[in-house]
Amino acid sequence: MSGHDHHHHHGGEGQDPPSDMTLRVKALESLLVEKGIVDPAALDAIIDTYEYKIGPRNGARVVARAWRDPAYKARLLEDATAAIAELGYGGRQGEHMIAVENTPKVHNLVVCTLCSCYPWPVLGLPPVWYKSAPYRSRAVIDPKGVLAEFGLALPDDVEIRVWDSTAEIRYLVLPERPPGTEALNEDALAELVTRDSMIGVARVSPTRAPS
Amino acid sequence: MNGVHDMGGMQGFGPVVAEANEPVFHERWEARALALTLAVGAWGRWTLYASRYARERIPAADYLRMSYYEKWFAGLATLLVESRLVTGDELANGRAAPGTAKSTPPLRADRVAAALANGGPTERAVADAPRFMVGMTVRARTMNPLGHTRLPRYVRGRLGTISRHHGAHVFPDSNAHGLGEQPQHLYQVRFEARELWGETGSGAIYIDLWEPYLEPG
Repeated sequence: MSGHDHHHHHGGEGQDPPSDMTLRVKALESLLVEKGIVDPAALDAIIDTYEYKIGPRNGARVVARAWRDPAYKARLLEDATAAIAELGYGGRQGEHMIAVENTPKVHNLVVCTLCSCYPWPVLGLPPVWYKSAPYRSRAVIDPKGVLAEFGLALPDDVEIRVWDSTAEIRYLVLPERPPGTEALNEDALAELVTRDSMIGVARVSPTRAPS
Repeated sequence: MNGVHDMGGMQGFGPVVAEANEPVFHERWEARALALTLAVGAWGRWTLYASRYARERIPAADYLRMSYYEKWFAGLATLLVESRLVTGDELANGRAAPGTAKSTPPLRADRVAAALANGGPTERAVADAPRFMVGMTVRARTMNPLGHTRLPRYVRGRLGTISRHHGAHVFPDSNAHGLGEQPQHLYQVRFEARELWGETGSGAIYIDLWEPYLEPG
């Protein structure tokens, strides 16, 4: 994984000179603003949306509702786009949603081998590993090996289904509800649901993972 | 095109490395590059598929070396010049050509939330009935177009089973190249891992494929 530098953290100037990409993107933005092609305030609004407003907490609400409400779960599996919209989520990169359910005999895993397709309205922007060559190449040919790298070993009698997002259909994994959570309300259940469990590289733990 | 972006089934890229508590953006320029791409997209000068094709045309060695948002930035530069929103000289100089009239951005800040919430649905009504039904065996065509396609190499020539009909959707192979939406029936197809990978395969891979990618099995 590439190193991270922290120039311009919170917009301030750091000790180091700005990186080449910082300069190139800034130059292009200046040009596009000068020509009236983009509104810099619109850029700020887009970034604010995906940095602070849309993320995997949305998907966790969907999963928790499905675990608590059998009628909602049925609607989610029948028409995920509409069921997700009931909770107020939808739009760009989630126009056509399908939810796939994990069971004791079936485990689902989502990938985009051709680029980086991912259900933004429910999971936000994808993590670097999801967009990386190792994941995109091996998820379809060696899903067990990939899951093992995430620390997930499945029994041999579990069928792994890999969903390659080649069209504008976006897939959300409905993970198994962990045992011992019968008494939890929807908020507490949502706290347990991780991004990785909704991509299919993890199970949901009955106790909240350290964040 | 048979580009290096078509990664399904390749080996040798090493383990998947996940970063704990990963931030949405690692550097501010990544956020600006994403936002620029979305905001310029609002001009409607190119389609989602054309933007993917711009990234697929990044030379293979560069594609593998670049970070994700470097690829987005490279694709955006290509599209800006090809669509004539920006000239090559302007891109190189970072200044508008003298005498250029200032445009009005189509996406204003107060419209961002609505634009993102609306998205861009791709399902379309078509007159033709679907050629295939759920449960039918189909074969993914063997084809190697030089343009944009969403038929990955690893399923070409392989047998699968239609598991779902998604209705008709905008066809990437035409829409990436300015040839219109030409909506086609879209199917979810289940391929047994053994059909794709031989005896070592287990489980199944589901892929969404347009009707022109398929023939009766």
